[in-house]
Amino acid sequence: MSNKTEAFEGVPDYEDIPGTWVFDAQRARKGYHLNAFFYSLMKAENRAEFLADERKYLQKFPMTDEQRDAVMKRAWNTLLELGGVSYAIVKLAFTDKKSYQYMASQMVGITEKEYVQMMQAGGRSLDDGWRSKSERNR
Amino acid sequence: MAKIIAGIGTSHTPAIGAAVDLGRTGDPYWVPLFKGYEPSKTWMAELKPDVAIVVYNDHVNAFDFKIIPTFGLGCAAEFPIADEGWGARPVPIVKGYPELAAHMVQSLVLDEFDMTIVNEMQLDHGLTVPLTLLYGQPKAWPVRVIPLSVNVVQYPAPTGHRCYALGKAIKKAVESWDEDLKVVIFGTGGMSHQIQGPRAGLINKKFDTAFLDGLARDPERLASIQPLEYLRDAGAEAIELVMWLIMRGALGKNVREVHRFYHVPASSTAVGHIILEAA
Repeated sequence: MSNKTEAFEGVPDYEDIPGTWVFDAQRARKGYHLNAFFYSLMKAENRAEFLADERKYLQKFPMTDEQRDAVMKRAWNTLLELGGVSYAIVKLAFTDKKSYQYMASQMVGITEKEYVQMMQAGGRSLDDGWRSKSERNR
Repeated sequence: MAKIIAGIGTSHTPAIGAAVDLGRTGDPYWVPLFKGYEPSKTWMAELKPDVAIVVYNDHVNAFDFKIIPTFGLGCAAEFPIADEGWGARPVPIVKGYPELAAHMVQSLVLDEFDMTIVNEMQLDHGLTVPLTLLYGQPKAWPVRVIPLSVNVVQYPAPTGHRCYALGKAIKKAVESWDEDLKVVIFGTGGMSHQIQGPRAGLINKKFDTAFLDGLARDPERLASIQPLEYLRDAGAEAIELVMWLIMRGALGKNVREVHRFYHVPASSTAVGHIILEAA
């Protein structure tokens, strides 16, 4: 296993990992209020209030309109990109009575059944171009 | 003198806890997994440790983003169970050991590990699932628990090297406590998995096997694995494996591997499990 990586100039080396948003300090900063919203869904009464009027509930949190829009649309990957962290985002899936695997399948772009089957067959392999963007482009 | 006599490495996948809580351990999906932990439950029942230090990570349950301790030591007398979004797990509250935890904080800080002291926290699946796997469903947990939470959610997590060194300092701290206690230490999380983005579902059995092999024989090599290597080769959430290195560091140089189990999948996770006895 090598520690070396082919970093893009001025971009953290982990940005070279395909299909992944590493939750670093910059994303955490951008996503602070978005994640605070997800965190609020740990309480049953908040889950009910949110589901009764999503738009109104989201106004309580000083997040961006783009973030609010991604919540309403359940645009899971956009939520990652805008600073959400999966452990917090999944509380929205739980609020919808969906599972972690459902959320993951939506991020991958397949059905939950297909996702579960992929996992039971041993999961996604690194060999299929999933190790590095720069290796993919070579 | 208190002594750390064994270490347990195990995944802490929330779906495992749900399978037990909902009575689904007999489902074909789950049978192989729980079979792999049967010898461990027997081993634990015979060992009867007095205290378990459980190294785990909180998943945005005890800690929101207001405060993110890199290393937080649970010093309370008891810890409630968190509602993670679908109701709290129906497991007993966790009893702590505040006297020993306070001693550990003092020893660790003077040893230059700047621990965060946590006097109140709810515990999530990261800690309760390993207890369930090793103890089943008792009315009360038959062990006192000192939770050690590690930030592996916001990048960067502490390095493997730092975690391994912390483990060594924990051994020193525990073994300077003047009470005859049998102590075990859990390193939890992992193994390979990714639960976010289009790359979700990544598993790397080769990486995991090398990690399990290295625990007994060559932990120094594991401690040199860089953060990027975990993220890239074993999935964004595989960084949790640094917590196993705290466990390994606390066992001293020589260990005896007494049990190992590996299974794919539990939900999106490669489940790994190892028991090491301090030699």
